[in-house]
Amino acid sequence: MSLLIGALTIGFILSLLALGVLISFRIFSFPDITAEGSITLGAAVTAAMLVKGVNPLVATAAAVLSGFLAGAATGVLHTRFKINGLLSGILVMTSLYSINLHVMGRSNIPLMSARTLVTYAEHLGRLLLGGADNVSVAGWEVGARDVSVLGFSFVAALLVGLVLFTFFRTDLGTAMRATGDNSQMVRALGVSDADMIVFGLAVSNGLVGLAGALLAQYQGFADVQMGIGMLVWGLASVIIGEALVGVRQLGYLLAGAVMGSVLFRLMVAIALRWGLDPNDLKLITAAFVFVALILPGLVDKMRTRSAAHA
Amino acid sequence: MLSVQQVRKTFNPGTPNEVRSLQAVDLTLEEGSFVIIIGTNGSGKSTLLNAVAGTFLVDSGAILLAGRDVTAWPEYRRAGMIGRVFQNPFSGTAPNLSIAENLALAARRGLGRGLTWALNKKLRTEMRETVRSLGMGLEDRLDNIIGSLSGGQRQALTLLMATWLKPKLLLLDEHTAALDPKSADQVIHLSSQIILRDHLTTLMVTHSMQQAVNLGDRLIMMHRGRILHDFQGAEKRRLRVNDLLGRFEEVRRADLLDESAAEMLRRMYV
Repeated sequence: MSLLIGALTIGFILSLLALGVLISFRIFSFPDITAEGSITLGAAVTAAMLVKGVNPLVATAAAVLSGFLAGAATGVLHTRFKINGLLSGILVMTSLYSINLHVMGRSNIPLMSARTLVTYAEHLGRLLLGGADNVSVAGWEVGARDVSVLGFSFVAALLVGLVLFTFFRTDLGTAMRATGDNSQMVRALGVSDADMIVFGLAVSNGLVGLAGALLAQYQGFADVQMGIGMLVWGLASVIIGEALVGVRQLGYLLAGAVMGSVLFRLMVAIALRWGLDPNDLKLITAAFVFVALILPGLVDKMRTRSAAHA
Repeated sequence: MLSVQQVRKTFNPGTPNEVRSLQAVDLTLEEGSFVIIIGTNGSGKSTLLNAVAGTFLVDSGAILLAGRDVTAWPEYRRAGMIGRVFQNPFSGTAPNLSIAENLALAARRGLGRGLTWALNKKLRTEMRETVRSLGMGLEDRLDNIIGSLSGGQRQALTLLMATWLKPKLLLLDEHTAALDPKSADQVIHLSSQIILRDHLTTLMVTHSMQQAVNLGDRLIMMHRGRILHDFQGAEKRRLRVNDLLGRFEEVRRADLLDESAAEMLRRMYV
């Protein structure tokens, strides 16, 4: 049971990553690999500040800001200096590796004794649950700690989702969505598409930085390697989410990304429980994303072929 | 309203693909005038429109719009004064956004965009009224994705969007060329209706001799990056399709003459 709760918690935390990837990949059609650096950056900044005794809220906000700046850097490389989008992301991601080592001062920072948002959530949960160490959920005895942290990550995902849903229906947010859809039209209506891309990638990586900050606080450490493969995990979540909701409307897409992330984590937990070698996890995820990307095209082809026969 | 002064533009300079699209073009538009541009393929008529819109910056010369020198302005900044409809019906609208969201974007053309709701009740009511005037039944489908509409419907909406806030200059770039004849008629009718109603200063490129003769109060014929003829006032009103065809025939003969002369010189001296 605690395995299930752990999977759900990581699912909700990484849904912030999925929402970030949704913005860059689906709204701007920009495969932004900066995410692999900015999730580690978020974790590194938070961890380095937490061990110095900085308030966890401030440390988490700093992680969002640092991710925001990383995304803006990629956007500027791409729009101002006309560097290919993927390459801009690779350049920033690679630089972030060194930056993250500098921020942390070493390759790994444990957070076991630090006050974090997660320890706050545990305290708050204990108060709400009346001080019990265990609570029963649908007949299972589960740790109050685990439930509190799960509730906290759920609220975080929900809040961020709602903020995004609101933002994308404002003048600025609508212009941003239109930029990914038709940049020529957006320019003709007086919006700088370059500014929109820079700002959009900044928001996207700000969310990814937040995911990194929460992940580090949840798992109790930040590691310079933790970002590897994260973009593909985010993509997998977005794709699963789209399959779940089926509609490409804003609210559904956002909810889908969160649900996709949680479902993906559950599937991973189950597969590992069944004896999947953890080393194969990234290979299998990449293969899954590959299949999910080519499947719609194949289905279309088969449909036209069978229609031609009929 | 618009003044184009000695504007030159060469694409791919110094390569075998060099094209001198605009060669010292001069053009001044009075406020409220409706100017038609025709010309052969590659004559530079669309290039002239794009130079004014700021799709690219010109090599030399100046472009003044409403008394301001916009020569160095990027496209999005000029858009505050310019409304545009493109040849491709898919270029003027964002397919995955709803009709209402597309119109809302147009309702803030050239204005700042902040964190206020893109759509509100007042704007929606206004949209229903305006879209109803198209007579396409789209007023009940404001929340539908624009990608689900036909080319003609999308082009009509693009026209509404370009003129939602009255532009200082309206640029129409062969905006009916990709439509079926019936939709083309509808869109042309709507265009001239809006232009006359709002007294819009308009520059319209067209392939259709019929449109060139029927519409506008001035007609410009371009060839090889230059303005060849400029018909205004009574002369424009007297112009018929056959006159235009005659002018095109002249251009074609002159070109043939050029080529055969070059061929003759080659044979004699090379």
